[in-house]
Amino acid sequence: MKACGTVFKYGDNVDTDVIIPARHLAITDPKGLAEHCMEDIDSDFVKKVKAGDIIVARKNFGCGSSREHAPMAIKASGISCVIAETFARIFYRNAINIGLPIIECREASEKISAGDVVEIDFDEGIIYNKTKNESYKGQAFPPFMQELIAAGGLISYMNQNVKTH
Amino acid sequence: MGMTMTQKILAAAAGLPEVHAGQLIMADLDMVLANDITGPVAINEMDKFAAKGVFDKDKIALVPDHFSPNKDIKSAQNCKCMREFAHANDVTHFYEVGEMGIEHALLPEKGIVTAGDTVIGADSHTCTYGALGAFSTGVGSTDAACGMATGKAWFKVPSAIKFILTGKPAKWVSGKDIILHIIGMIGVDGALYRSMEFTGDGIAHLSMDDRFTIANMAIEAGGKNGIFPVDEKAEAYIREHSSKPYKIYEADPDAEYDEVYTIDLAALKPTVAFPHLPENTRTIDEVGDVDIDQVVIGSCTNGRLEDLRIAAEVLKGRKVKKGLRVIVIPATQKIYMDAMKAGYIETFIEAGAIVSTPTCGPCLGGYMGILADHERCVSTTNRNFVGRMGHVTSEIYLASPAVAAASAVTGKISGPDSLGL
Repeated sequence: MKACGTVFKYGDNVDTDVIIPARHLAITDPKGLAEHCMEDIDSDFVKKVKAGDIIVARKNFGCGSSREHAPMAIKASGISCVIAETFARIFYRNAINIGLPIIECREASEKISAGDVVEIDFDEGIIYNKTKNESYKGQAFPPFMQELIAAGGLISYMNQNVKTH
Repeated sequence: MGMTMTQKILAAAAGLPEVHAGQLIMADLDMVLANDITGPVAINEMDKFAAKGVFDKDKIALVPDHFSPNKDIKSAQNCKCMREFAHANDVTHFYEVGEMGIEHALLPEKGIVTAGDTVIGADSHTCTYGALGAFSTGVGSTDAACGMATGKAWFKVPSAIKFILTGKPAKWVSGKDIILHIIGMIGVDGALYRSMEFTGDGIAHLSMDDRFTIANMAIEAGGKNGIFPVDEKAEAYIREHSSKPYKIYEADPDAEYDEVYTIDLAALKPTVAFPHLPENTRTIDEVGDVDIDQVVIGSCTNGRLEDLRIAAEVLKGRKVKKGLRVIVIPATQKIYMDAMKAGYIETFIEAGAIVSTPTCGPCLGGYMGILADHERCVSTTNRNFVGRMGHVTSEIYLASPAVAAASAVTGKISGPDSLGL
């Protein structure tokens, strides 16, 4: 699987309140949420974002609330991958569970700039910065998470693999 | 190799003799929680599971507390969705307006979470129940749906940081000051993916309400969970509130910790987190002159009876500064009633504060106290992110109930000492 797009770049501790403010949390439809994605940190995001674009941030991306509305809004806005040095743990789980690709990569997080065009090879974990002609190696998922992603998210994985009542 | 307290609970929940940090496990759940924001998203996913219905109608808690009593039509629809799901599946622990409270104050009070439990909740502050010696952690709606349908959740077994609390805190230093101090020290990602295990002789001096506050804000340091040992005080609380069987786990003496911090509680001062991160802490003597527009006393962090008692002690016989808005929100109906019987509610109203029915309301900028541009609020809540309580240029200063109440009187960020207390 591959992705390619233009980068939106943010700093440390991008919290879920700025990704999707609580005033929009009564919305449950992904497209409706996407209309307000990143509203309180980047009011231009919704106007500029195109299908396939990529978010790159520094450490602790998605900290704060457990609202799955945050990765839902990002995914529905067309973002193909979020790259960060680290992710807050609930956002990390939520992204995997709903099938929003994320990659932890300190070097990419440091070196990629806003507006760079970046190509990602998920199978190899390679992030290629076309604008700067640089490559970075992302952190591979543990085998269990690869299975979960390959199954198409948590629900399919549970249905296929786990016996319940 | 020894296990931490968290690892022991997770091993039992996964049916394994032992687990180690980094291991991925599938655990059985004792309670799955969702609220009126996360619940409807989870409920929408339920039909996709092969397992139909809910795994155990007694092990699911649904609490409409965030935008409830319904603030608008969309939130009314969301609460309706939860109510209908709860009725259709005969969910035991659905709490309608009138019996509900803020989820993380309500569940311990109702005795439906207890020591040794493994709990997930589609709310980041689910880590609160660590105060009871439970493993509890926040998840998203898909995980909550999975928990409701199958009774299971996957976890990466966390490593841990140990916080040894020693000594007795001074009169106006509470659990909020202790956890703000810790977050200031290690940062908002200082415990990322890890457990925060609290221990030490200082814990004996902390009330259960102090411990709930500390465990509640483990997430603000990025922690997976915060957990306390189960001492006599915790057992007394559990026996008073719950008829569920409970199990006490202790960390092994040779458990490994990534880091160990020793904190002398006697040396701490009232602490305030400045905008826009909980790690931006200053002690009360360092805050300078910060004029404010609003004070909020409440939330899953600080809306319990002891919090209201402390606020009432500060506000008794005093008046809210002219022009300031002060909103007090008891976290549950029981707390509201107990505060009324103790005379705290009368004290608040006489001082010029308003008292609301239980709701998360202003904490997340939902309703009931939204801030306009450039307004400042001293709040006993848990997050001071950009725009969290309203306009993107508004500012939130996180503090204890004592500091919030004193600030309500002076109109600027102040400790009780500024009132001669």
